[in-house]
Formats: sequence, C-alpha cells, structure tokens
Amino acid sequence: MAAEIFSVFYQFADVFAFLILSAAGLAIVFGMMGVINMAHGEFIMCGAYVTVGLVKLGVPLAIAQALAAVTAGLIGVAVEYLVVRRFYKRPLDSLLATWGLSLIVTQSMLLIVGSSITGIGTPEGSFAIGGYSFSTYRLVLFACAVAVLVGLFVTFMKTRFGVMARATMQNAAMARALGARTGRIYAISFGIGAGLAGLCGALYAPTMTLIPTMGATFVVESFVTVVVGGANVLLGTAPAAVFLAMIRMALNASYGQIIGQIGMLFAVILIIRVLPEGISSVLVRRGR
Amino acid sequence: MFKLLDGSQTLGRGWTFWSCFLVVLAAALVYPVFADSYDVGNFSYFLIWIFMALGLCLMWGYGGMLSFGQTLFFGIAGYAYGVLAINMGGGSATIAALVLSIVIAMIAAGILGYFMIWGGINGIFFGIVTLSATLVLAFFLGQTAGPEWHIGPARLNGYNGMKGMDPLAIGDFFIEGSALYYVMVVLIVIVYLALRMLVNSRIGNVIVATRENPQRAEMLGYDVRKYQLLTFVIGSGLAGLSGALYTSWGQFITPSSIGLPAAAMPIVWVAFSGRSDLTATLVGSFLLLFGFQTITVYSQQAALVLMGALLLATVMLAPQGFVLGIGKLVADRWNAHRRRGAGPVLADTSRLQPDEA
Repeated sequence: MAAEIFSVFYQFADVFAFLILSAAGLAIVFGMMGVINMAHGEFIMCGAYVTVGLVKLGVPLAIAQALAAVTAGLIGVAVEYLVVRRFYKRPLDSLLATWGLSLIVTQSMLLIVGSSITGIGTPEGSFAIGGYSFSTYRLVLFACAVAVLVGLFVTFMKTRFGVMARATMQNAAMARALGARTGRIYAISFGIGAGLAGLCGALYAPTMTLIPTMGATFVVESFVTVVVGGANVLLGTAPAAVFLAMIRMALNASYGQIIGQIGMLFAVILIIRVLPEGISSVLVRRGR
Repeated sequence: MFKLLDGSQTLGRGWTFWSCFLVVLAAALVYPVFADSYDVGNFSYFLIWIFMALGLCLMWGYGGMLSFGQTLFFGIAGYAYGVLAINMGGGSATIAALVLSIVIAMIAAGILGYFMIWGGINGIFFGIVTLSATLVLAFFLGQTAGPEWHIGPARLNGYNGMKGMDPLAIGDFFIEGSALYYVMVVLIVIVYLALRMLVNSRIGNVIVATRENPQRAEMLGYDVRKYQLLTFVIGSGLAGLSGALYTSWGQFITPSSIGLPAAAMPIVWVAFSGRSDLTATLVGSFLLLFGFQTITVYSQQAALVLMGALLLATVMLAPQGFVLGIGKLVADRWNAHRRRGAGPVLADTSRLQPDEA
C-alpha cells in the first residue's frame, strides 16, 4: 500500500518538477516583467548544451550544471541589454523580437553543431519500495524544483533586491523617482529568468536527447503554467503547477502521454475561460 | 461597391492604384505564356501561402489579435483534405473535400475562438493559447506513426507525413500546371477584393474600432466578442484554404508544416510587410516567399536564420513593416510631386498601431 501511494507521489513529483523548472524563469520574465520571451526554450537549450559540453570535458555533473545556469544567466543579461530593453513598453513586439532571436539561435545551432549530439546518460542510481523501482535522479529533480520555489520566495520577498524588483515591476517610474536603478533591476531580473531556464536545461540534459529544437518541448508547458498561474509568480506558478501536474499525471497514467498533453491543454483553455487572470488573481483577492 | 473597395481602411486608393493593380493582374495572367512550366508550378506554390498571410493580416493588423494558430488551421484543413480526398475518392469529389476541409478548419476556429474570446483572453494570452494548441496538434500528429492511426483507408503516418490523396480535379481533368496557377490567381484576386470590401464595410470599421479600444467599441453598443470571433474564424478559414491547397498541390502533408518554425513564417511575412494593410501584406509576403524559396535551394536552415533576423530587424527598425513603410514613402513623394495638397490619400495610418493601445 505504501508503495502504491509513493508511486503516485513519484509520478506527480515528476510532472510537477518538469512544470516548475521549465516555468520558473518564464514566470519572472513574463509574469512579473511582462516581457514575452519566446526565446525561453533557447535558454533551456543553452543550459543543456553547456552542461553536456562541460561533462564531456571532464567537469563533474553538478558543477557543470551550475556553470551552465550561470552561462545562460549571463547570456540573458546580454540579450536584455541588446534587444529586450527596447520593448518594455511594447510587450507584443517583445514577443516578435524574441521569436526572431529564437529562430536565429535554433537554426544556427542546427547549422553549427548538427542535428544531435550524443548525450551523457542519466546518473545511475535507483531504489526500490515494495515491488517498484524508482530512479533517484527524478527525486533530485523534484528537490531542485522545490528549492527553486523556496529560492524565488526568499529572493523576492526577503531581500532588498526583491523589494526593489517588485517595486519596479509595479511602477517603474515611481521606483525610479524613489532611487531604484530600474534599468539594472530589469537586467538582473531577466538574467535570473534566463539563468533559471538554463538550470532547467542543465538538470534535464542527462535525461533527454539534445537537439537544437529541444526548447520547443519545454516552451508550451512553461507558458501554459505561467498563464494559468497568472501575474503573481509566487502565488500563481506553484499552485498552477500542482493543479496541472495532477491532471496530467492522472491522464498519463490512464491514457498515455499524448492524451496527457492534449488533456492538459483543454484544462488550460477551460481554466482561462473561467479565470481569465489566472489562479493567482483568486488567491490574491482571497488574501485581502 | 467601389466605395467599399476603395475605402479608408485600405491604403492604395484612387485611379493610380487601381491602374497599377490592373497592370499587375494582367502581367500575372499572361505570365504562364512566357515562362516555362517549372517556374509556373513554383509560382503557384508561393501563391498557396498568400491566403494564410492575408488571414493573419486581417486578424492581427485589423483586429489586433495576434494568432499563432495559422499553421494550426493550416494543418487541420490540410489533413482534413487528405483524409476526405482519400475517403471520398478522386475526381470532382476533391473540390468537395477542399470546401469541407475549410469548413472543418472554420468550425475548429469557432470552437477555440469561443473559449478564448468569451474567456476574455486578450493580446499576449491570445497568442500563447493559439501557439500551445498549434504545438500540441503538431506533437499529436507526430505520434500517429502506427498502423492503428487511420481514418478509413487514410493513414496519418506520424512524421513521415500523409500521402496518397488526389490533387484537385474536375472529373478526369487534374488541376495542375498553368490551370492550377490560374485557379490560384483568381482565388487570390477574389479573396483580396473580398477582404478589402470587408474591412471597409461597417463590420470592418467595428473590427478596427475594437482593435483601437475595445471598451469604447463596447460602449458604443457593439458586442465586440462577436466581431472578434468573426474575424478569427475568417482569418483561420483562410489559413485552412492555404492548408487544403497545399496538400492538394503536393499530395503530401507532414506535422512539420504545423510545428514551430512553420508557425513563425506567417508572422514573419506579415510583420515584415506591414500588418495594418492588406496590399502591403500581399506584396510583401509574395516577395518574401520568393526570396525564401531562392535561399532554401542553398540551405533550409540558413533561410530560417535569415527569417529570424528579418523579424528581429523589422521589430527593431520598422515596427510598422518595411513594405508598408517604403510604400508610404513612395506614395508621399508621388503626391508631393503632383502637388495634391492635403488630400487624405493615405488615410490616417499614423494611428494604425494596434499594439500600443
């Protein structure tokens, strides 16, 4: 009995971790900053490629993953400076610009490194409860997802930077008048978002085939999670991920992956029909 | 009638414009006489995509709804044509298959559109939901490789694509080569003129009013949701027309014509051309398709890199679109040259900036 319960939790944790990790970066960039980053998947791809490249050079996996996340974050800052900066007042154009960027990056990668590179294999290790065998790495991913949520909460609720960042997102002109360096805050926030995307790619790199178009695998899940969550990252993304993970897990288990994905999309369309501003709008209203 | 064709929502008005229009049309009609049949076939292939671009121009430029779902409905109609043409047999039944597949795409657009528009999904979210639906369809069709995925004798075949449907035909006469080319040209002229009439009609004015300020349009007594749904269904139906024509042209369709790089294409064409005008979209999309085809001969990936760069450049340098911008420049010079005074030849396009509302 305990084994069955754990098995359900394990399946839930697997989908939950995937949703949280792929959506966390986007939640900051899109949910808070209002920039639609279509190149989100490409930051994920970048994280994955850097990880695999470093591991092949002999760097230990965990360190490679951390470095990959940092690399993606730095590239994110550069992208913010060169492109995204101009589009804070034109969100729909930010979508087009980053989509152009995404096309350039994906197709250039195809030209430069070819259609796929050999992976590094999932770290060994599994454990058994009852008659079932579970992969340890999947639980590591879940732990990382929880750590990311806690980290975001602490960063944005408990630090000076978090206060400034939230003020800037609320009303940039006012924050600037009160002395916040909004330009820098935007750049850092975008960098954190890109870094989290890179982390997602780094963490999932050992579990999947690396192809230049892999970003597309994540991008729907991340956008859907953020849209269902609504504008408030901390109150929205996590409940949305819990909710969607439950739907998806149930459908996956009974009908398979395809129905799981299609079912999740239908759920999303229904949720938006009822709650156009996402789950967080309800939670925020309750809280007042 | 002419008032509607020449109304204020469309640039390019007056006798100068319509003379140019007739010259271009005449050139298009005599073209197959002088060109070799391979080039004619290529030209009809470019023209297939124009409908999708015009549909997006209507939704995005006039209606202010950026739909990423053009390839979704392209795919639905494309696959529907394949399934129907195989199941209903060839000959004149293919015409029925074409019409039915467009109807199916429009019904799908109606359902998705109802949930989005009545759910109050606006701007950005509209794009995200349509994009998600598009990617899910591509993903789903990619999974249909096994023999259990068939509708009647029509196998879906996963990423290998669906094939074996008949091309468009009337009786025993296959519409191919220059016949297909003429069908395309006639269809484009009909669609283009019909869209011009639509956007200059009362309905078109409400659509534009909704784009400019939905609340104000609502206050004036219009149920804006109905107009948005109408726009969405027509625009998606045009994408469906492209899809069905594409499948019948190549007797082949794969999920890759729905996925991400494909979904980006209509947006690039329309953004580059100038989304707020039908004529600019028509001309610009054709030019881009022509250029894209030329580069694709050397490298498909390089062509897509260039498309991405073009999109980025458009947004950063000419948010209104290059073709529209150049067209306006030429028209301004022309008018200055003729000393027409302050005649409102170009309407007030300075305000045609749907995204900044």
